[in-house]
Amino acid sequence: MDIWMLLTILTLACFVGYFVVWGVPPALHSPLMSVSNAISGIIIIGALLISGTENTELPKILGFIAIILASVNIFGGFAVSQRMLVMFKKKDLKKREKK
Amino acid sequence: MSASLVSAAYLLSCILFILSIRGLASPETARKGNLLGIAGMSVAVGITFFSPEIKDIYWILLAILIGGLIGTTSAFKVKMTSLPQMVAAFNGLGGLSSVFISLAEITSGSQAYTTTSISLFIGAVAFSGSVIAFAKLQGLISAKAVVFPFQHLINAFLGLSVIGLCVAFSLSGNINLFYILTALAILLGFLLILPIGGADMPVVISVLNAYSGWAAVGIGFSLGNVLLIIVGAIVGASGTILSYIMCKAMNRSLANVMFGGFGNEKKAHDNETENQKTAKFGSPEDAAFIMENAAKVIIVPGYGMAVAQAQHVLKEMAFDLHERYGVEVKFAIHPVAGRMPGHMNVLLAEANVPYEDVFELDDINREFATADVAYVIGANDITNPLAKTDSSSPIYGMPVLDVEKAKTVFFVKRSLGSGYSGVKNPLFYADNTIMLYGDAKEVTEKIVSALEK
Repeated sequence: MDIWMLLTILTLACFVGYFVVWGVPPALHSPLMSVSNAISGIIIIGALLISGTENTELPKILGFIAIILASVNIFGGFAVSQRMLVMFKKKDLKKREKK
Repeated sequence: MSASLVSAAYLLSCILFILSIRGLASPETARKGNLLGIAGMSVAVGITFFSPEIKDIYWILLAILIGGLIGTTSAFKVKMTSLPQMVAAFNGLGGLSSVFISLAEITSGSQAYTTTSISLFIGAVAFSGSVIAFAKLQGLISAKAVVFPFQHLINAFLGLSVIGLCVAFSLSGNINLFYILTALAILLGFLLILPIGGADMPVVISVLNAYSGWAAVGIGFSLGNVLLIIVGAIVGASGTILSYIMCKAMNRSLANVMFGGFGNEKKAHDNETENQKTAKFGSPEDAAFIMENAAKVIIVPGYGMAVAQAQHVLKEMAFDLHERYGVEVKFAIHPVAGRMPGHMNVLLAEANVPYEDVFELDDINREFATADVAYVIGANDITNPLAKTDSSSPIYGMPVLDVEKAKTVFFVKRSLGSGYSGVKNPLFYADNTIMLYGDAKEVTEKIVSALEK
């Protein structure tokens, strides 16, 4: 794809990111960090495209390792976020029970 | 499966990711946000999996299975107080992953030299920087700022060589340069984070988080993959904004945090004033007595609370005060309290403190004037009034919680020592301050048992 096309997309995506992220309250900055950490595991797509295609040994092995590492990041990131967010939720229920 | 179907799925995945972050805008929708993120990832990986170029499905499945198992088990085993190092570790693995992807690309004969070397560079720094951040947070190496001779000179030289190598590799495509680049970039990451002290970790983690996003953008460019660019940019924006917020909360520039070697220089000269005044100290029972007769108590937690794992007993104290004595209890959180953005909020959430009782600095600062007690547990610099008055102090201009305006201030601390910044806190010697010496958890436990008598 044309480099200018990609740069256009990048710029617009930065704006989207900017506005969406400012909407997150400070109380949820830790979950934001771990969710965005998990999402950055999207590079797994790059690893899949390199490792899964017909390729020579070396890049395949490197890609294989990259997939493992990115998966740790993805699964771990989402799982930790879920744990955190359940706590924010749980508290809410307790409060209601109390009332 | 056609290419346009893959593109359509990538578009869907982008939308899901954006909505995922959007969901984090409130605690009620946050869980849904996380699930949307998982959905976005599943769509993206799933469609790539079935795209016609992919031949070796079993390899890939095996790799995802291994990584998924490691990631999930460690995520469920980690204690909430160790969250910052967990995030640093995951971040580092993400960085390392992009290093491997860049290497794989180049060894498979890709011609995208410039973008690949950039994503390699960012990924490598994210990796080695996170390793150091992890080691510091976990206590494997000293959390203090490690300063070595000619530090700035060496780092500047390394940085310039890395950039030079990027350019040289882009022009020549010589793969050996690429390997040297990898090694130097990793070394640079180590040396950049080593001189940064423990309390600046919220900034460091945010910056490294941003790097992992920008590395994804780099890989997106070299593969011409729009999904990676968009998602990488959102993650990059998130990390960058968090770094900005953290720096602002300390009234320091990002350059000062990253290159300042903060917290080491000041220690010597503060000792002069030390013995002029004496601090008052009290027992947990006194504290319990004063608090149960108060109308309003504001609790200020800091990193010391996290270290002592005192969040549960703290919640018990707040609960007892409220339920038994009808005291209004609120929690005040400074943006840089703890070791990562929002760290205190998560710990209080873990202890079931209702989030309606937890307030940010700007929202609660005026209320200290009407509070009877400020209970500062494991925090120091973020309450230091010198930040408002002493323009020669290194923390001058940092927004602080005005705890001194409360009628009585309790400091739960192990000693009168200065905080991370190395600046003495004059509040310890103020007339309305009572020091409660001891471990944050033990002291609070004693207060709770006194309250329950």
